[in-house]
Order: sequence, then C-alpha cells, then structure tokens
Amino acid sequence: MAIETIKAMLPGMFYRQPSPEEPPYKNDGDTVAKGDVIGLIEVMKSFHEVKSDVDGTIIAFKVDNAEPITPGTVLVEVET
Amino acid sequence: MKISKLLIANRGEIAVRIIRAAQELGLKTVQAYSEADSKSLAVQLADEAIEIGPAAAQKSYLNVSAILDAAGAAGADAIHPGYGFLAENAEFADAVEAAGIAFIGPTGEVIRRMGDKAAARQAARDASVPTVPGSGGVLEDLGSAKDLAREIGFPIMIKATAGGGGRGIRIANDEEEFSKLAPQAAAEAKAAFGDGGLYLEKVIDDARHVEVQILGDGANFVHCFERECSLQRRRQKVWEEAPSMALTPDVRNALCQSAVELAAAVKYRGAGTIEYLYDDKSGDFYFIEMNTRIQVEHPITECITGVDLLAEMIQVGSGEKLSIRQDDIEMRGHAIEVRINAEDPANDFMPFPGIVGDLKVPGGPGVRFDHFLYQGYQIPPFYDSLLGKLIVHAETREKAITRLKRAISELCVRELKTTAPLFAALADDAEVRSGNFHTKWLEPWLVENNHKLIQQEGGPS
Repeated sequence: MAIETIKAMLPGMFYRQPSPEEPPYKNDGDTVAKGDVIGLIEVMKSFHEVKSDVDGTIIAFKVDNAEPITPGTVLVEVET
Repeated sequence: MKISKLLIANRGEIAVRIIRAAQELGLKTVQAYSEADSKSLAVQLADEAIEIGPAAAQKSYLNVSAILDAAGAAGADAIHPGYGFLAENAEFADAVEAAGIAFIGPTGEVIRRMGDKAAARQAARDASVPTVPGSGGVLEDLGSAKDLAREIGFPIMIKATAGGGGRGIRIANDEEEFSKLAPQAAAEAKAAFGDGGLYLEKVIDDARHVEVQILGDGANFVHCFERECSLQRRRQKVWEEAPSMALTPDVRNALCQSAVELAAAVKYRGAGTIEYLYDDKSGDFYFIEMNTRIQVEHPITECITGVDLLAEMIQVGSGEKLSIRQDDIEMRGHAIEVRINAEDPANDFMPFPGIVGDLKVPGGPGVRFDHFLYQGYQIPPFYDSLLGKLIVHAETREKAITRLKRAISELCVRELKTTAPLFAALADDAEVRSGNFHTKWLEPWLVENNHKLIQQEGGPS
C-alpha cells in the first residue's frame, strides 16, 4: 500500500468532467488504471486530457472542478 | 462628449488599445479585471481598476452583474466590451443601457438581429446585398431540407444559426452524407448553443475572405474600405491585409457600397464589420455575416485610412455624430497585421504560456505593435493566446511584406514560444508574395513547411 499522486503538467483550468452536462470522469473511491482519463486541463482555450500514470484506487481529488492550477499541482491522490 | 468615465470590460491587448483611445478623448478609464489579471498592463495604464471575480471568465469577464456592479461603484457612465466575452451579447448591451450607462456598441436589438445568422442573411437580402446561395431562413424539417440541399447543389455547408467563428459548421459532399450530418449538426448546436436551428449554404471553392469596415452613428454611415483575411488556420485568421490585392476598383466600390447599405438598413451605431466570401474567378462576392464589435484586425484599416476607429466608436457610442464623412476617407498604401500568439507553430500550435523574459519590440517607420507585454509579466493560461499584433504599413504590398520581415527579425519575446517564425516563413513564400491564396491555402502549407517553423536560438522568438 502506497500513496501516489497525479500532478498537473500544464498551467490552466482543471475540469473533472468532459463537458458541463456530463458526469465526472472519476469520483473519490473509484478504481483507476494507467491511461485512464481523470480530468481536463484548459490552457489558452485548448483542452488537454490528464491521464493516470498509475493503477489503484482514488483516495481523493485535491482540486475542485473549474479551479486554476499550475504545473506540479497535485490533482489526485491514489492508493496503489 | 456626453460621457466622462469609461469602464473597460475586457482584457489583453484590446483593453490597452481602448484605454489609449479613451485617454486621448479626455475620458477617465476604469479597468475591470479578474484575479488572474491583477498585474496586467491594462490595470497599470488605466486611471482606476476594479476586480470583478476569479480567473475563470464565466465568473469575471462574462459575469454581467459583477461588471455592472463595478461600473456603479466606479461611477462609470460608459462601458466598452472590446471583442469576444460579452461584446456581442445582446442581453448585456440591454442590461448596460437599462442601468443608464452608455454601451459602446450597437443596440441590443441590432446585436440580436445580426447575431442570428439566418436573420442576418435576411437583413442582407432585404438590403440587396448578395448572399451565398442557401436555404434563406432556418430549416423547417430535415426532409424538406434534403430537397433544398439537392436544389442548391453539393458540396453544401450545414450551419448553426447560433454558431459563429467557425463553430457549428459541417460540410456534406452528397445526399447520403447530408442525411447523416444534418441531425448530428442539429443535436450539437442544441447542446452547444441551446438552439438547434440550422441553415444551408453552398460551398464556394477557393474563395477569399474579404470584409468591409463600417462606422455608423445611427443616422450616418461610412465604410473604411476592406480587409483581406484569407490566411486562416482552423477558421481563425492569422495574417490580415488592407486593402485586398484581389479586388478591381469596380468590385471594391460595389462591395463597400453594399456594406454601407446594410449598415444603413439596420441603423447601425458603432464600429462593425461585414464579412464576405470573394470568388476570384467570377468576381462575385457574397455576404457571410456581420460582426457587431471592434475586430482584432482593425489597426490595418487605421493604417491605410488614418481613421481612429476606437475614437469614432467611443464617440458615437456616447451619442455623438460621426466626425467624418465618406468623402474624407481615402485609402493610402498597404498594411499587414500578423497575430503573435503564445503558441509553438512547430508543435501543432501548442499553447505556451509563461513568464516574459528579455523583451525587444520592433519599431521604426511604418511599424506598430499593439500588445500587453512587459518584462517579467506572467502570461495567464486562462484566456486566449494572443500576445500582440504586429502591424506594418508601406506604400505598396511588396514593401509592406519586406517591412514585415524586417520587423519580425527585431521581435524578441524570451522565453516564450510564439507564432513569429510562421510569419517569417510566410513572408518568404512566393505564393504569399504574389497574393495567390484563399481560405483553404494555409493548412496544407503548414503540413508541408513544418520544418521552417522551428524557433531559432538567438533568432526571433
């Protein structure tokens, strides 16, 4: 049991859902696999997917939907 | 002047441009800004500044009540919306006027009418302005739409009435594709814009994008000639010129006259742009849409006519008459604008926000650089990537391109990646030099010339 983090690689706005009408990509407690999309970062009006680089269970999202972030911001804690 | 204090409800380079125009008119300026823009150049240049909300545009630059509250608190008697954000939002214009504040732009009613693409086409036809052959109004049902599409001929464009800026457009090459794409387009438009209304337009191949700048005070209307903006990537303009090198004097006269007639038909107030497709081969032009705002590329028109479009716009927005008549407006020389974006052209135009290091700005005769940069400024990642507009003016198009090359070689914005290398490469291209292009020309060129777009160490950045 170890706790890993998924960090932002880009500055911008973090979104947890693909569009305002759709459910979040992942919720606290969900399992996550390498390559799963966990959110979007909007940088200068272009959108970039954030993918998990670990397998495990999401403990908690550390950033709310539509919150500004900088590179290195911890987005998610994952128990592996 | 019936107003004394102008609030700027926008950001970036256009906020700086508006502040400069307002200060020259003797107005006090109030810059509305988001948390992310507290250190912006506009905030520093304005007489006052008021924070209107968090970084997300929805909570600040698109927040009508926050902007009205700021105007009230500052005692502003006019609001300039710039471009983008709330500039073409009819409800905003109405709310500003209802609060007893002058909206520097057309009335909400005109914005609403020209913003609805089908209604705008109807207004154009009523003013005898040629439109692209198409459905006329909004499609009633998909069955009769298919009959109509067959009549107009394929390929055909399916467009959302609530769309704009290239969004909500699909192209069907035959009837089968049409049956598949039309329902998708309706569903997408409903989801994106809350309005699933569609209309049809014939595809004009290899057309140029030509647009006419107009000014109106509700009773008097003038044009300031045309701009050509055919060099586009993903339907976004990257390089604009004034005048168009493709028009004969007769076509120019007919085109500009049609724009004035449309402006008069809707009793336009403010600065506006009427966009057309121009078919080189037939010499025909067709109305596409009207933009009821000041546009990014307005400076090239200012260069060739000497008219201060922002000053005129602010004056008519405050209830004054236009200070110029058509006979006063003459065209001189050739101007080119290129958009310096914080994007890496060699890496699929990946956005590149960051901190501005060493900054050297081009200058000398016939060079203007409208921007909001200063050394040490952190470019916020939350808004569009436009850093500035490099504008050159010379006696001829050929000399303007030579001057553009020279100006780009002086520009240095460390350590950002910018679109400057794209323009250095375009200025060297034989087809660009001969003016031989159309709206679909640039994208394939980018694929073939990617190797020319890499930022040189020690060279322009």
